[in-house]
Amino acid sequence: MSFDVPDDCRYLDSHEWARQADGTVTVGISDFAQDELGDVVFVELPDEGAELTAGEDFGVVESIKAVSDIYAPVSGTVTAVNDALRDEPELVNEDPYGDGWLLAVEPADESELDALLSPEEYGDQIA
Amino acid sequence: MSLRNPPLADAHEDADASFTDFGGWEMPVEFDSIRTEHAAVRDAAGKFDVSHMGEVVVSGPDATRLMQRLATNDVTELDPGEAHYSAITREDGVMLDDTVIYYLPADADGEYLFIPNAGHDEQMATRWREYAADHGFDATVDNRTTEYGLIALQGPDAPSLLAPETDLDLDELGRFEIASGSVAGVDTLVAATGYTGEAGYELLVPWDETEAVWSALDCQPCGLGARDTLRLEMGFLLSGQDFDPEEEPRNPYEAGIDFVVDLDTEFVGRDALEGADVEGTAEELVGLSLIDRGVPRAGYEVRTEEGEAIGHVTSGTMSPTLGEAIALGYIDSDYTEHGTTVRVVVRGEPKKARIRATPFFDR
Repeated sequence: MSFDVPDDCRYLDSHEWARQADGTVTVGISDFAQDELGDVVFVELPDEGAELTAGEDFGVVESIKAVSDIYAPVSGTVTAVNDALRDEPELVNEDPYGDGWLLAVEPADESELDALLSPEEYGDQIA
Repeated sequence: MSLRNPPLADAHEDADASFTDFGGWEMPVEFDSIRTEHAAVRDAAGKFDVSHMGEVVVSGPDATRLMQRLATNDVTELDPGEAHYSAITREDGVMLDDTVIYYLPADADGEYLFIPNAGHDEQMATRWREYAADHGFDATVDNRTTEYGLIALQGPDAPSLLAPETDLDLDELGRFEIASGSVAGVDTLVAATGYTGEAGYELLVPWDETEAVWSALDCQPCGLGARDTLRLEMGFLLSGQDFDPEEEPRNPYEAGIDFVVDLDTEFVGRDALEGADVEGTAEELVGLSLIDRGVPRAGYEVRTEEGEAIGHVTSGTMSPTLGEAIALGYIDSDYTEHGTTVRVVVRGEPKKARIRATPFFDR
């Protein structure tokens, strides 16, 4: 089975993605991660204004069969949270890089993104 | 120790299932998604490979006496072709396993068949043999776990799916009955039993012919993931999780299955259970529904609203049918009244929950 690894994201080896645009970094979990977890039933996220630290867990994704911590790809302040996941957590399964995004961060230091895995490196990891 | 493989391992591999280690067996946990498989069983039908379950056959002049001594229910109430649920207890009343006991139809090979849970087959066969030897019972105990494949066909459409494949008149086969017949041309024991709360069958098939029967059943293949969410919606116990002689030692009264205990029979553990019957137990298994958002999982603490620890969760999930977070757990018997509001501690956060009756899902 092959999994979607979009070119416009960078990745953590714990299967989170980060996409940078217009000074904001959007964060989610990868196609591989959603498939491993199976049916997502609950997502626990911090509120807007919360501070994330790169590499530390900031929330939880629960599927029917498992619970998984989610780790911050970059440090920064949460500027938006995907409220749609409250009623439709299955969006994480259906569209992990689109409507299933988790939150957006104003990064404290954009160079932290350079330390993340490239799409090629992440693709190799899950191959 | 290497994992044991069911007879359908290759078929599951081809179907792109994901696998898990369960009771020493490498079993399919998910074919499509738990939600899809679960819904198929509630709405139509699904098939499960449950060949990891044990099959132990007990025969001989003292077979009935032996069964009566080692299981809590009264086997003398069974006629050939009938089955019931039972518990296997040790001297102190703690459950070693739960099982369905079949009194096999007269044309079958053997007298009683019981189904220990995955990985318990040899332990139970040994227990039976040793008890027979120690008490001079004339009975043979045959562990046939790797002679039978076991397929569960479950769901409201199960009868109409099976009917064209079998020579049995399924209308004649009541709940908890078993008959010998042919399914897809294969000699099969067809039992009207299951673990999902739906209509359906469990098919005992010669190991090497399991594939022929499996492929003749045209419905959603389901893994152990959906099997778990389906049984949990019904409040059915999972051996090794909701009770376990080492990790979660419980007697049938604590576990809420005292209806399988017949104190008028002489079985190992009877005297200890008489006390539980008269005095009650300090803790009891209850159903829990979360009111706050979250998913209860095995091991989570249960507290009163004031914060006092009163028990713990043994099984929990998000119910696919109800869209509600549900759990089974043992709590202090003072708090088991239905409707009592308690807290389940989810990752350090006390979440509001309500004690409730099971089954969670009632058709």
